[in-house]
Amino acid sequence: MSKLFMFEKPLGMRDTLPFLYEIKKSVRQAMTSEIEKWGYEFIETPTLEYYETVGSASAIADHQLFKLLDQQGHTLVLRPDMTAPIARLAASRLYQQGNPLRLAYNASVFRAQQREGGRPAEFEQMGVECIGDGTVAADAEVISLMIATLQQAGLQHFTVAVGHIGYVNALFLEILGNEERANVLRRFLYEKNYVGYREHVKSLPLSSIDQQRLLHLLDLRGDETAIHEARELVHTEEGVNAIEELHELWNALQLYEVADFVKMDMTLVSHMSYYTGILFEVYAENIGFPLGNGGRYDELLEKFARKAPATGFGIRLDRLIEALGEMETEAKIECIIFSQERFGEAIQLANEKRREGKRVVLQHISGIQDIDAYSKRYQHITYLLGHTGKGE
Amino acid sequence: MVLTIAMPKGRIFEEALELLRTAGYTLPPEFAESRKLIIEVPEEKMRFILAKPMDVVTYVEHGVADLGIAGKDVMLEEERDVYELLDLKISKCHLAVAGLPHGQVHHIAPRVATKYPNIASSYFREQGEQVEIIRLNGSIELAPLIGLADRIVDIVSTGRTLKENGLVEFEKIADVTSRLIVNPVSYRMKDVQINQMVERLSVVIPDE
Repeated sequence: MSKLFMFEKPLGMRDTLPFLYEIKKSVRQAMTSEIEKWGYEFIETPTLEYYETVGSASAIADHQLFKLLDQQGHTLVLRPDMTAPIARLAASRLYQQGNPLRLAYNASVFRAQQREGGRPAEFEQMGVECIGDGTVAADAEVISLMIATLQQAGLQHFTVAVGHIGYVNALFLEILGNEERANVLRRFLYEKNYVGYREHVKSLPLSSIDQQRLLHLLDLRGDETAIHEARELVHTEEGVNAIEELHELWNALQLYEVADFVKMDMTLVSHMSYYTGILFEVYAENIGFPLGNGGRYDELLEKFARKAPATGFGIRLDRLIEALGEMETEAKIECIIFSQERFGEAIQLANEKRREGKRVVLQHISGIQDIDAYSKRYQHITYLLGHTGKGE
Repeated sequence: MVLTIAMPKGRIFEEALELLRTAGYTLPPEFAESRKLIIEVPEEKMRFILAKPMDVVTYVEHGVADLGIAGKDVMLEEERDVYELLDLKISKCHLAVAGLPHGQVHHIAPRVATKYPNIASSYFREQGEQVEIIRLNGSIELAPLIGLADRIVDIVSTGRTLKENGLVEFEKIADVTSRLIVNPVSYRMKDVQINQMVERLSVVIPDE
């Protein structure tokens, strides 16, 4: 290994300089205040968790976890997401009576280093978890809140794709008969490999009607009509229930007046096993990766010994800021440059301005090397130099 | 909205262009000769970027290109998070293991030279064989001839290069054709245009 240079950071780690910090802060504030208005309460959890519990319960693949050992020899992970820690916390402490719990978070999460740039290993995520409410109203609330939060952050053009993993599972099981075969097809959808999906379906010993049903699934995208079309393909109770949930969801999203942002996508499989019902991803222009995602994960809390339905979303702040593009958030900081004689006066003036809520730098003239370069940093500078002329 | 399409330079490019023209897209005739890397076709609201075949998937995954045309070999090697929407059935060839006809496989450390280290290592793992991979960037056939490796994993189209160098194909790994790939965000944000393109292309894709 070559010697590290002074300026180097571990792969995937980034600094936040003042300009970006200001943007992050304003986006964060807009989002936090919207989430709070919906009655969600923010919490914090530790950066380190046990690998055996939170690490293995999380939706993030094992090779993406940062692992280390504590002094007792337990494997620890840097939290790769916030859903699993919140599930741990809710299951062990907060969720006792079985009544719905609305929690929110804004925290850095960690994903182990990637092979190329453009993928930070640490990034900030903001999201909510609605625990203990299995109704479609909760799914609709979480999706609508995510849309409202993005709007408050200033994002205008975005699309939420909504699917239902329960529907996909029901359709596959009804036609293919067992989990193993269903899993093969599910993996093609998860890997977004439609060519492989079609080839595999055609190779299966199925009636041409059943093959058509499976192939038709790939076209089930768009508005509410996709749900109607999806209904035609299933006959089992599970399948029909999933369709009913989607209808209910669509109606609720119309009541929230956000249905215009939503597109149905029955092929959406965000994870091989984590989600259990309605699930979604959100996309925006100007950025090639999803801004965030979420969905119903009714089996996660069970891993922490307390069964409860739950749903939530997480938005990546780094991607959201990229999608927002150029933003005017230059911090308005003014400056007072003083000489020794007028130190007292300068302090008083600074205090006065600070009481008004202004951001003021107080700078002794002798501390500046290059006055021209320094003064260019500030739009407004007050010079308190030399004798005042009064008295002396 | 303009669709940006990443095209592989070289062999696949001509065939892909032909297919797009058959699908009714009006593309300028001097297209292929140009040395420009970005070609705008405003009449069709399209922009083409010309990249190395291996890099097409990268441009599409990062979303700087909405769509791309990439060989299945590249898809298997790179495992990028993009939609593989259509098999265009052009530029047919296959991935294969080859070597000298009576070549001895090194018993302790069998070595395989390839441009596709991921495909090669997962293929041999699935076969229950542990091999050492040596990565090369081209003229892979050279490796067994001068003793760098016992076997190679490479693309075979006519088999002529293998034959002329006295090599034989041992096993076929996978069939390869070119695929239409799409960035997951573009697939949602520009769905109308992309669906239209998929429809127009599916009609003209040659049958088996």
